[in-house]
Amino acid sequence: MKYYDKLIFELSVPSRVGFSLPQSEVSLPKEGKIWRQSPLNLPEVSEPDVVRHYTMLSQMNFGVDTGFYPLGSCTMKYNPKINEEIASNKVFASLHPLQSEDTVKGARELVDTLDSCLAAITGMKHFTFLPCAGAHGELTGLMLMREYHKSRGDVKRTKVIVPDSAHGTNPASAAVCGLEIVVVKSGEDGLVDVESLKPLLGDDIAGIMMTNPNTLGLFERQITQIASLVHGCGGLLYYDGANMNPLLGVVRPGDMGFDIMHLNLHKTFSTPHGGGGPGSGPVGVCEKLVPFLPVPKVSGFHGNFAVMARALAYILMLGKENIRMAGKLATLNANYVKESLKDCYKLPIESVCKHEFVFDGLKESNGVTTLDVAKRLLDYGFHAPTIYFPLLFHQAIMIEPTETESRQTIDEFIEVMRVIAREAKENPELLHSAPHNTPIGRPDETAAARQPVIKYEKKS
Amino acid sequence: MADFCYFPHTPEDIALMLERIGVGSLDELYSDVPGECFFKGEYDLPSAMSEQQVRDYFESLAAKNSSLKVMVGQGAYDHYVPSVIPYITSRSEFLTAYTPYQCEISQGTLRYIFEWQTMISNLTGLPCANASMYDGPTAAAEAVRMCVAASKKKNTVIVSASLLPSVLDVIRTYASYSGVNVVVSESIAEDVAEGVADLAGVIVPSVNRYGIIEDHSGLADLVHSMKALLVEYCDPSALAVVKSPAEWGADIAVGDGQSLGIPLNYGGPYVGFMACTQELMRKMPGRIVGQTVDAQGRRCYVLTLQAREQHIRREKATSNICSNQSLMALWCTVYLSLMGPKGLRRVNELCYGLSHRLYEGLLASGKFEKVYDGEFIKEFVLKPLCDVPALQKALQDAGYFAALQTEEGYVTFCVTERRSAAEVDEVISIVRAL
Amino acid sequence: MSKVVEGLLYSESHEWVKVDGNVAIIGVTDFAQSEMGDITYVDMPDVDDEFNAGDDFGALESVKTSSEVITPVSGKVIARNDALEDSPELINEDAYAAWIVKIEMSDKSELDAMMNAAKYSEFAK
Repeated sequence: MKYYDKLIFELSVPSRVGFSLPQSEVSLPKEGKIWRQSPLNLPEVSEPDVVRHYTMLSQMNFGVDTGFYPLGSCTMKYNPKINEEIASNKVFASLHPLQSEDTVKGARELVDTLDSCLAAITGMKHFTFLPCAGAHGELTGLMLMREYHKSRGDVKRTKVIVPDSAHGTNPASAAVCGLEIVVVKSGEDGLVDVESLKPLLGDDIAGIMMTNPNTLGLFERQITQIASLVHGCGGLLYYDGANMNPLLGVVRPGDMGFDIMHLNLHKTFSTPHGGGGPGSGPVGVCEKLVPFLPVPKVSGFHGNFAVMARALAYILMLGKENIRMAGKLATLNANYVKESLKDCYKLPIESVCKHEFVFDGLKESNGVTTLDVAKRLLDYGFHAPTIYFPLLFHQAIMIEPTETESRQTIDEFIEVMRVIAREAKENPELLHSAPHNTPIGRPDETAAARQPVIKYEKKS
Repeated sequence: MADFCYFPHTPEDIALMLERIGVGSLDELYSDVPGECFFKGEYDLPSAMSEQQVRDYFESLAAKNSSLKVMVGQGAYDHYVPSVIPYITSRSEFLTAYTPYQCEISQGTLRYIFEWQTMISNLTGLPCANASMYDGPTAAAEAVRMCVAASKKKNTVIVSASLLPSVLDVIRTYASYSGVNVVVSESIAEDVAEGVADLAGVIVPSVNRYGIIEDHSGLADLVHSMKALLVEYCDPSALAVVKSPAEWGADIAVGDGQSLGIPLNYGGPYVGFMACTQELMRKMPGRIVGQTVDAQGRRCYVLTLQAREQHIRREKATSNICSNQSLMALWCTVYLSLMGPKGLRRVNELCYGLSHRLYEGLLASGKFEKVYDGEFIKEFVLKPLCDVPALQKALQDAGYFAALQTEEGYVTFCVTERRSAAEVDEVISIVRAL
Repeated sequence: MSKVVEGLLYSESHEWVKVDGNVAIIGVTDFAQSEMGDITYVDMPDVDDEFNAGDDFGALESVKTSSEVITPVSGKVIARNDALEDSPELINEDAYAAWIVKIEMSDKSELDAMMNAAKYSEFAK
């Protein structure tokens, strides 16, 4: 197929229309300084133009439905189609967020049911659904942490501990919440070093944010000891639910000693990522923090309701039976890939992993970087893993296969990764210049950042 | 093992895979988890449902709601949704993609975000727009933080009391934790002129909580003379006809894209937007898509200016935001493509005609008093002279959601092009009959 | 091997200082620029901004990373290199020519803690 490079603006022809609206009998007043004077540049296109344009754009995109998406830390599992049917229900779609309670009983019941399901799955007591994404949940959770300490008159707790392996959102959320960040180091085993943690604990610590399993896909084996140490100093434990998937149906954050957590419904609970959102990041709390819900008010209305509906549909499909296998199969797939590739890719920490694991580049790189490997994978029809994260390893390749991929798909991926390792030895140039089979080749990102062009301007 | 349509593993697969890994059972993959962490009880969840059971369950939930004809706005507007939009946005290449990190196989997402940025820029008149925010209120809260960050040392932001309640709430929440001093003002121009020592910014609505188009003549000059920034909170649908933030001299524009054809959805997902001047571009939170060329010189698009963001900057990032509402931005982009400048103007004209018909009819009923003289497009408030609960009940019984009571004791109405003149007249007659 | 220039003073965070009377002219070392790769933006302070030794006064950005620039001396910014605004690549081309700011020092003894060229060459190995 020909490379299609148009923008919708470039299809515009003056006075062509794509709308179907009745004629207006009224025209707007023109007098007075409150009205717009400058012309409004929007495309003037027909409905068929719009449909063809966006269909062509979609064909330049890769999604979970197009192929395997082993993107570490992103949990790109299959997005069930029943979820979409539920989310587009005409009645739910028509409800105004400020309608009186007696007219939205079904919507409230949906939210309450999801609340009790998530509580059962995580061992938390209740959830607030206002946060629209994981990072938004982190911020909300930290606000709740501050409210808890404030209610006890314990106002000097201004610091939060974050492991060096944490997602970038953790320190960023803490900063937005007005907390100071204290970094705790990981040990040689990739886990939080308890001896490094101890001296950090004191009466100025609001809490610790942890991802478990962490961003290396490793379970923090000393979690219960860490929990008692942090609780012992008066702090709270925050669970970053980004990596909840391998624990789904196996371990509950509440039972590990966490007080506050968020879930990413768009990861663990199968709602589609939509090219970057909408997500939903409900925040759950243990019993002693329930009085602080549902505030703080962090978004306009009730959160991303249509995303919640999808997540509940998934949970009902799983039920108490299938949930038992979800995390385990995700963990099985990850370990299978790791064991099948560790002879060609550098495995920095030899251990059983959970839903994901990290390689530190090729064993015999021959000058081939992680970026080259990632780009070459695109040629073979796979999405690339997460690369250059976590920052602990220079050539990080973070692979998360999820439980919805079959052994056959994973075997194909393993085979391609081995082929790429071979290509690195025999023909590194092929990898430096990859990808070769995609709609475009590697873009000049430096030019994009030096002289940013972030909107379309018609050439005069 | 139970059959389950999302899990492809057969017992043979599992056995084979465990063997390759070198462990004897799935449980052995959790040998690193301390025993006390396992959940040994039974999950307090329903038994697994079949797809038809799930469908029936949600049908029964949907039936427990009242689907009303909406005549209230307050940040969520019941505009007409062209059928093309859900058709396009449900294409799974868009729906099931992640954030476009691998630009070579994400040109679809990147290009519509670039189009969205261009449309937001053209609507607001400000040159730089980001890839979207969670919703309007959070975009406003981020704009407040941006004013403070751009000022370096100043810490007070004056916030107009006429902003939507949901916007004020979220601004207050964010500000209270990040230590920003928020002053809610009933009369912006006077309060700014009075002088605040460390004024970093001022945020005002373009169309306010009472539906009135505000006149901000002279405000930008005044705010700039204090070396502070002016932020406008806008209804993007109305920007087709009301003076744009750039025309008022604002530095930052924020708002909610919901009015660009996104269904009410009981409050979400919607999509926030943000645009700003060239000088502030690198202080903007959120993702930004930029144009560049590939190795063969073909025009293409990438995520750019990422050094501002949390995955690189961590605690020094402009914000903790790490996603956008991409699919909802696509929703609005398709909407604006279909509407064009003429269609969006027509929407405003239709709203204007219907809402004024209702406004006049309600005033003529003698059951309300006028509150404001200012010009409005689709939303307005009136002072009720009748019993409000009885009014609301009568309307609800006839299938309308209207006359929501405000904090001030007024009632608010909003009429969009989805309503007909006959419906407007019916509401008026219900009120008359009270 | 990255370049080190005689006669300059160096910090552990890879800034160089050229002393001109009471003024410290500050930039980043060749080693720092080579670690960053193509620099896409230099975030600079305003003239008259004041800093303490150890404060970050700006940042370098490349496509995938960002690095704070730290002043080894306390004082007030009296000039900044506006040429970097449009041409951040000047730092990649010659890190020792592309100064970032000039700071009027309030305590010259802070310079004593810095390394000379020989020591820094050893340090940045």
